[in-house]
Amino acid sequence: MSEKIIEIKHVHKWFGRTHALDDVSLEVAPGEVLVIIGPSGSGKSTLLRSINHLEAINAGEIIVDGIPLTHKSTDINAVRAEVGMVFQQFNLFPHLSALENIALAQRIVRKRDAAAAERKARELLERVGIPEKAHAYPGQLSGGQQQRVAIARALAMDPKIMLFDEPTSALDPEMIKEVLDVMLDLAKTGMTMLCVTHEMGFARAAAQRMVFMDFGKIVEETTPELLFTAPRHERTKLFLSKILEH
Amino acid sequence: MPTLVRSAPSLDPEAGGSLPALRRWWRRFDRWWLLFLAAVLVVALLVLFVPDPYRRILLFLLDGVVVTLRVTIVSFLFILIVGMFGGLARVSSARLVSGLASLYVEIVRGIPVLVWLLWIWFALPQLLERLGQATLTALPAVGQWLLDLKLGEYTAAIVGFTFAYGAYMTEIFRAGIQSIPKGQMEAARSLGMSYLQAMRYIVLPQAVRVILPPVGNEFVTLLKDSSLVSILAVSDLTRRGREFVARTFLSFDTFTMVALIYLILTLFFTRISTAVERRMAVEKR
Repeated sequence: MSEKIIEIKHVHKWFGRTHALDDVSLEVAPGEVLVIIGPSGSGKSTLLRSINHLEAINAGEIIVDGIPLTHKSTDINAVRAEVGMVFQQFNLFPHLSALENIALAQRIVRKRDAAAAERKARELLERVGIPEKAHAYPGQLSGGQQQRVAIARALAMDPKIMLFDEPTSALDPEMIKEVLDVMLDLAKTGMTMLCVTHEMGFARAAAQRMVFMDFGKIVEETTPELLFTAPRHERTKLFLSKILEH
Repeated sequence: MPTLVRSAPSLDPEAGGSLPALRRWWRRFDRWWLLFLAAVLVVALLVLFVPDPYRRILLFLLDGVVVTLRVTIVSFLFILIVGMFGGLARVSSARLVSGLASLYVEIVRGIPVLVWLLWIWFALPQLLERLGQATLTALPAVGQWLLDLKLGEYTAAIVGFTFAYGAYMTEIFRAGIQSIPKGQMEAARSLGMSYLQAMRYIVLPQAVRVILPPVGNEFVTLLKDSSLVSILAVSDLTRRGREFVARTFLSFDTFTMVALIYLILTLFFTRISTAVERRMAVEKR
C-alpha cells in the first residue's frame, strides 16, 4: 500500500558513458515540498525530468500517482497532464499571449471549452500577480513575469505535482523574490512540489525535506534545518560551505 | 547686392522646407521598386510606341503568362504540403519514417528538375503500361486501372514539380522545425500535449515564421523553373515565346519581352514575400 505520490526505485540513467542517475531511490508523499540541491552535473535535473518522462530511465522504476511510467500501456500524456513543470528558461510559447499560453493546453488536453479555459487563465494570472498582462506576449514581459506566467500555465492543468527545475536561476536578482513568493504561496496550499534550486531561503521556508545529490547519487536526505546545521557527509559539508557563505 | 543664385531649397525642417517630406516619400522607393518600375516602363513604352511587333508579342504571350502562373501556384500549394509532411517525417523519431524521407530527399535532389519532368512525362507512362500489362492476367482490375491511367501535360507538370521541389521544401521545413528550441517541445509535452499536438500548435507555427524567407525564395525559383514545362508541350510563357519566334523569326523582340515579363513577375513576388516576412516579424515582436 503506498501513500506515496511519487516512488522512485533504484533508478539508473546513462547519457552515453556518463552515469547520470546511479541507483536513486526516493519517495514523495502528497503535499510534501522537497528541495533538491547539488553541484552541477549531479543528476538533480535529470532526476526531476525523469519524473515526467522527459528523460527516459534505463533501469529501475518510477511510479507517479500509482502509475508506472515505463509500462507500455501507460498513457504518458495523461500522466504529464497531472505533473506540471516549470523550466529554468521559462519556455513560454512566444507566438501566443500570456492568456493563450495558459489557456491552450487546457483546451486541447483537458478539453475545457474556451470560456472556461480563459476564466481559469485569468484567475491564475491574478493569483501570480499580473492580471494586467493577459494580452501581453512573452517578448514584452520581464523574466520574473514570464516565469510567473509559466507557473500559471502549469497550474492551469490542475496538476497533482509541480516540478520546478531551477526556476529562478535565469532571473535577474531583483525578480527572484516575486517568483519565490508565488512558489511559497503554492506550497502553503498543499501542492506536492519538487524543486531543484539554489535558493536556500526558499528551502528553509517551504521545504519539509531536502535532498543533496552528487555524482548521480542521493548523498543525504533530511530536513532543511538538519541539513544546514548538521550535515552528516563530507561532500554535503563541502557543497554547503561553497554556497552558504552569505 | 542682389543674390543671383537662388539658394537650394532648405533641408532644415524648422526652416519650413518641404524637401524632408519629399525625401521621406522618395526613400520608400528602394532599389527593388526602381527596377520594377523600369521593367514595367520599358514594356509599356515598347507596347505603346512600337506596337508592331511589341503589342502583337505581348498579346500572344499573355495566355502563356496565365499558364505559367497557374502551374507555379498550383504546384507550390502541393509542394508546401509535401514539404510539411516531409519535414515532419525527417525529424520523426521513427527510424523507418525518417529514413524513407531522407532517401526521398537525397534521390530527388540528386537529379535535375528537368530530368524529373521528362521522366514523369515520357518514362512514367511506359512504366505504367508495362506494369499494367504484367498485372492484367493476375489482377485484372488493377492492371486495367494502370493501363487507363493517363497523365495530361498539366498534371504531369504539376506532379513533376511537386515531386522534385517537395524534396527541397522538405529540407526547408526540417531546418525550420529543428531551429525551434527543444524547450518549446518539452514545455508542450510537459503540459500533456501529444507529439502531434505540440507540433501543430507550438512548433510548426513558429517554424513557419522562421522559414518564410526561404519559402518565398523557392516560389520565385519555381516561377523561373516553370519555364521547363515548355518541354512538355505546356503552353507557358516560354513556350509561347518560342512558338511566336518559330512563326515570325523575331527572336530579339520576342525573347526580350519574355525576359522582361519574367523579371516583372519575379520582382513582384519577391516583394510580396518580403512584405509578408515583415508583417510576420512585426506581429511576433
